[in-house]
Amino acid sequence: MPRRKLKAALLAGAIAMLAAAAQADDRYGIGRPATPAEIAGWNIDIGRDGSSLPPGSGSVERGRTVFAEQCAACHGDTGQGGVGDRLVGGQGTLASPKPIRTVGSYWPYAPTLFDYIRRAMPQNAPQSLSNEDVYAVSAYILSLNGVVPANAVLDAKSLAAVKMPNRDGFVSDPRPDVHNH
Amino acid sequence: MSEHTTDKRVREASRRQFLQAGAALAGGSAIAGVAGSPALAEQGNNLPPSVPEWMKAPGDPMGSQPYGTPSVHEKGVVKNISKTLPQYISASGRTPLQELDGIITPNGLFYERHHGGVPTIDPAEHRLMLHGMVDRPLVFTMEDIRRFPSQSRIHFLECSGNPVYTKPYGKTASDLVGLLSCAEWTGVPLKTVLDEAGLQPGAKWVVAEGADAAALTRSIPIEKCLDDAMLVYSQNGERLRPQQGYPLRLLLPGFEGNMNVKWLRRLKVTAEPAYSREETSKYTDPMPDGTAREFTFYMEAKSIITRPSGGQKLTTHGFHEITGIAWSGHGKIKSVEISLDEGKSWQQAELQEPVLTRALTRFRLPWHWNGNPAVIQSRAIDETGYVQPTLAELVKVRGLNSFYHNNAIWPWRIDANGEVTNAQA
Repeated sequence: MPRRKLKAALLAGAIAMLAAAAQADDRYGIGRPATPAEIAGWNIDIGRDGSSLPPGSGSVERGRTVFAEQCAACHGDTGQGGVGDRLVGGQGTLASPKPIRTVGSYWPYAPTLFDYIRRAMPQNAPQSLSNEDVYAVSAYILSLNGVVPANAVLDAKSLAAVKMPNRDGFVSDPRPDVHNH
Repeated sequence: MSEHTTDKRVREASRRQFLQAGAALAGGSAIAGVAGSPALAEQGNNLPPSVPEWMKAPGDPMGSQPYGTPSVHEKGVVKNISKTLPQYISASGRTPLQELDGIITPNGLFYERHHGGVPTIDPAEHRLMLHGMVDRPLVFTMEDIRRFPSQSRIHFLECSGNPVYTKPYGKTASDLVGLLSCAEWTGVPLKTVLDEAGLQPGAKWVVAEGADAAALTRSIPIEKCLDDAMLVYSQNGERLRPQQGYPLRLLLPGFEGNMNVKWLRRLKVTAEPAYSREETSKYTDPMPDGTAREFTFYMEAKSIITRPSGGQKLTTHGFHEITGIAWSGHGKIKSVEISLDEGKSWQQAELQEPVLTRALTRFRLPWHWNGNPAVIQSRAIDETGYVQPTLAELVKVRGLNSFYHNNAIWPWRIDANGEVTNAQA
């Protein structure tokens, strides 16, 4: 094969290989790998099954103290509400003309309570409570609602096992639901 | 023209001069119409035949405003923020829809809703982490995000609670549906970034989390993520404002506002939703039977007349243009109908081009007001054939406590004096 033709063939082959490589992996190569430690630090969401709840535990009794210090100013001494949402009561009101939606009457999953308190509460200093204190406050709020007993100590396993009163109260989106034409 | 009307017109002219003198705009605005009226000489040193004072000396020099702001005479056109909110950390502020023209909301007037205040984020220290059910968990800097192929698209954003179903109903268009704005967004399709990490089999949801004090979290179905979802860094040509998620936000065209997570720091690909507080205890729609609808993503077709609208006043009989905006989370607006007789009959409004998918569409109808009281209203029809319902039709199905996704028609009453008020109030 004459040298020029060989070169052309090699070039064509190289282009074909590049094209094949691009087809197999059309990534841009942007970004860098996330390390396990980086992921562990930010991966704070807790699913409804509670399988990603952290180690540690907290009692209703401890929760009462933490709540008084960190939560009562906005949510009231016993979770009756104030500047912050009402957290307690309302069970049996959802189908009434004046439904009262609280942790006890409305929230479907207990692990969500841990997730939300840890990520966003107290409003003036989110992500400042220890996991133990988040378990404790969760336990206290659930006990105020009669969902767990006053002597309860909650950890990953027992919080995930709590069945919320409104667990089955949610339905999927049926819209369009107004048939006007 | 009666003497009474003439007096009113003179008062209106002097009111305009008062405003031009630099006073703050009053809450309501008058729609003055002078065409076709008998000539009426106006008094004032800046009015013909005098030479206006602003022609007798040079104006402000170049550079007096390195970042331009509206005229001092427009300083009353600001976000509509209630003065009696229980708190201002988790709160919302509305766009003054009745003061705006066209379909693009100026960045400074874009509606706001935040759940833990507005963070001040240094873009050099902001990271987006993408992990979960992906082949390659990745971390991106803002420089990385801007290296991806970009797109610009015009879409509306609307808060799901805009407005609630219960009285008292708002007085103005902004009070009613001002948690609505529209902008040209620039960023990268989310699909492009997900492909970079490689989705694993069984990936059904993407959990998005903000870097604000609420670490706001919503779960997005993978279908939307692979369709028209974007990671956005610019709005109307400039970088996002802090209130809109600077330096990076999620944009989910047609989905309720809170899902368009601002200050986006994390995307976690999962098999099922996170069931976060915001998608269980908050943005779920209670029904009269005690159940609640969950994952109610789409904002349905809706419209409102912005001029004339509540709080405004028609100061003359004769020609007035009726104009407003229509939008649908399900696509393009097909048509807008306007009724001038309390909903008995409807006629087609003209749609201003371009009519874009999941964007505001401006509509207009020429109208001669004969001075009789009237009730005017608009209803939107989108490309799926869906027709915007009345409030009564919605309440019949959803009750009064459903809180979210109220896309009712809002009629305006015009009384014999030209005062415009909410006809439902």
